[in-house]
Amino acid sequence: MDKLETCDDLERLRKSLVSEESKEKIRILICTTGCRALGAEEVYRTFQAEIENQSLADKVEIIDTGCQGLCTRAPVLTIEPMGVFYGRVTENDVHEIISRTVLKGEVIERLCYTQEGKRIPYIKDIDFYRKQKKLVLRNCGSINPKNINDYIKRNGYAAISKALSGMSAEDVIHEVVSSGLRGRGGAGFPTGKKWELAKNAKGDVKYVICNGDEGDPGAFMDRAVLEGDPHSVIEGMLICAYAIGSGKGIIYVREEYPIAVEHLNIAVDNARSLGLLGENILGSGFCFDIEVKMGAGAFVCGEETALIASIEGRRGMPCPRPPYPSTSGLWGKPTNINNVETLANIPVIIFEGADSYRSIGTETSKGTKIFALAGNVNNTGLVEVPMGTSLREIVFDIGGGIPKRKQFKAAQMGGPSGGCVPEKYLDTPIDYESVKEIGAIMGSGGLIIMDDSTSMVEIARYFMEFCQNESCGKCTPCRVGTQRMLEILTRILAGEGKKEDLSLLSELAEVTRNSSLCGLGQTSANPVISTLYYFQNEYEELIAEKV
Amino acid sequence: MKDNVTPDKTSAREVDLSRFRSIIAKYSDTTLSELVPVLQSLQDSYGYLPMEVLEELSASTGIPLSKIYGVVTFYAQFHLEPRGKHIVKLCSGTACHIKGAPDIEKRIADILQVEEGQTTQDYKFTYKAVACIGACFLAPVMMIDDRYYGKLTEEKTENILKNY
Ligand SMILES: Cc1cc2nc3c(=O)[nH]c(=O)nc-3n(C[C@H](O)[C@H](O)[C@H](O)COP(=O)(O)O)c2cc1C
Ligand code: FES
Repeated sequence: MDKLETCDDLERLRKSLVSEESKEKIRILICTTGCRALGAEEVYRTFQAEIENQSLADKVEIIDTGCQGLCTRAPVLTIEPMGVFYGRVTENDVHEIISRTVLKGEVIERLCYTQEGKRIPYIKDIDFYRKQKKLVLRNCGSINPKNINDYIKRNGYAAISKALSGMSAEDVIHEVVSSGLRGRGGAGFPTGKKWELAKNAKGDVKYVICNGDEGDPGAFMDRAVLEGDPHSVIEGMLICAYAIGSGKGIIYVREEYPIAVEHLNIAVDNARSLGLLGENILGSGFCFDIEVKMGAGAFVCGEETALIASIEGRRGMPCPRPPYPSTSGLWGKPTNINNVETLANIPVIIFEGADSYRSIGTETSKGTKIFALAGNVNNTGLVEVPMGTSLREIVFDIGGGIPKRKQFKAAQMGGPSGGCVPEKYLDTPIDYESVKEIGAIMGSGGLIIMDDSTSMVEIARYFMEFCQNESCGKCTPCRVGTQRMLEILTRILAGEGKKEDLSLLSELAEVTRNSSLCGLGQTSANPVISTLYYFQNEYEELIAEKV
Repeated sequence: MKDNVTPDKTSAREVDLSRFRSIIAKYSDTTLSELVPVLQSLQDSYGYLPMEVLEELSASTGIPLSKIYGVVTFYAQFHLEPRGKHIVKLCSGTACHIKGAPDIEKRIADILQVEEGQTTQDYKFTYKAVACIGACFLAPVMMIDDRYYGKLTEEKTENILKNY
């Protein structure tokens, strides 16, 4: 690859890539990331072999992509330009797909998605897709994440190029501030404000860290973005680095995500060979490089101070804040930490402008949010909707409702720091503020749907066990509080609960929340508090039933 | 959650330290900041972290053994005992939990004849329950080495394990 020396070079490359793209070619896009779990790689290889055997290479192309969203139908594929969507594809279907759909344009009914009893062949007619708004996931599932040209073709790196060629660092920060973007890693802190703090912090060495730890059980959107569109995260980091004056970035990914690590390493290498990372980027004088680090398996390492400790080679234990990382972070230098999804929003904001971004969402929460939809819901997968969309729309219109004719009981939002939202709030527009009011949090966007066969006390116990296992043990309220709550919950479930247990649980929950050192302990009681509040009858029944 | 196995003294004595040297040579800067990556490479090569290797690491870098040991025991990823050829990681995340992971867990223990956290006698499998592996949409899920298997049923789990 030749290095791109200027912003014009990048633009020329884009134009030539777009014009080279053969319009006549039929493209089969197949997810080979999440769908691997059900054999997507074998299907991909069979397609390759079949295309070769039938000498179709100049007519048909098979492209391996990241997540296409409707994971429940895995392995899934889309055939362009027809827009045919197939799911549950096996190696045995490949020959027929080529000979009938690709060469003759016929639809194979049995592979189509079913909606209200009807087979729906075209992606544009599937409610799951129709009701979403893909901003962050704009490329995910439609490009080959291992090919930087695919990203560039779709205006990739045009945002950093725009920033470098006509915007000052202040302009960039101003744009991010006025977009209204808030951090997608949990707390919802305004991203522009955070950048401003890091920019104003004193120090000639500054770091940009991408938090790809994603430890919340039930959350997989960061994984999908890293695997399916790694360059958008890299571009977000470049823009951040330019804005705050940083020369070095680190992406911290968990070791349970081997595909994400692989794709990120390829993406960083390719960006570097094109000169989009390294010295004097696009001839602007700006220098920035990125290193990919693998986490070593501890939930608490997602907390920013713990993450820094872990990168420094220490045990990943949180420290009291302040000082905040923006003034004293990695190696004591000013450090800006953002979540994967937050960073993937940035190129959109800079390229399209803050005004267009802030026109989406609610008063306090702008843009879109990706939810990882799982549990007892028909269409499990990745869903991106404008902030302010209601749970009912997500669960029923997009998610296709609850399987096996069961009833919706609750949605668990925000992972171990979140809560269980009961049916009466299905129509609440979801944004940072409203979810807090109903006793949950947006968190990173994990959304686990539970039907009426789920025991809410058991769910509370489950989360408490998780927090107790993952507590780093540094502070007493978290270490002992979670332990005690777990004991009580286990006892209630074993039919040995006492009446006083409920008030004792509430009290323990309050103390743990108010006196723990970091977010893990402070929020560990949330699943208990919310289930006690909304499903107290279940606790009481278990206690009354005791033998 | 440390595995409850006593290190095998005879095999420990045979630890091949030349491998250690070639790995450590790849790191120009073996300061504390490189500790986690160095340990990751060493574990990749040995399959676990033999005590001899940790002692050697401490001697050659000057990082106190207590500090190295502290890091090794903090992270779920590191292991001080030999492990099986294949690592079976069953997800115990929320989605997998409500979709039947507990039954799969019992089944795996039954098939492999080990408890969670243990290694089979023939050192073919080590079986662990892990927090969410980010494939909740296909719950229940397990990973064997770097391979994901989704929508598990007890029968499917058995067939998958048989094929290893
Ligand atoms: C126990 C704990 C775990 C966390 N895990 C993650 C995580 O996995 N990913 C993440 O982005 N943020 C996580 N956070 C939040 C981070 O500390 C931090 O707020 C976030 O990375 C900031 O990025 P944002 O402003 O873009 O949201 C966690 C916080 C706590 C207290
Ligand atoms: S809950 Fe099992 S993969 Fe997420």
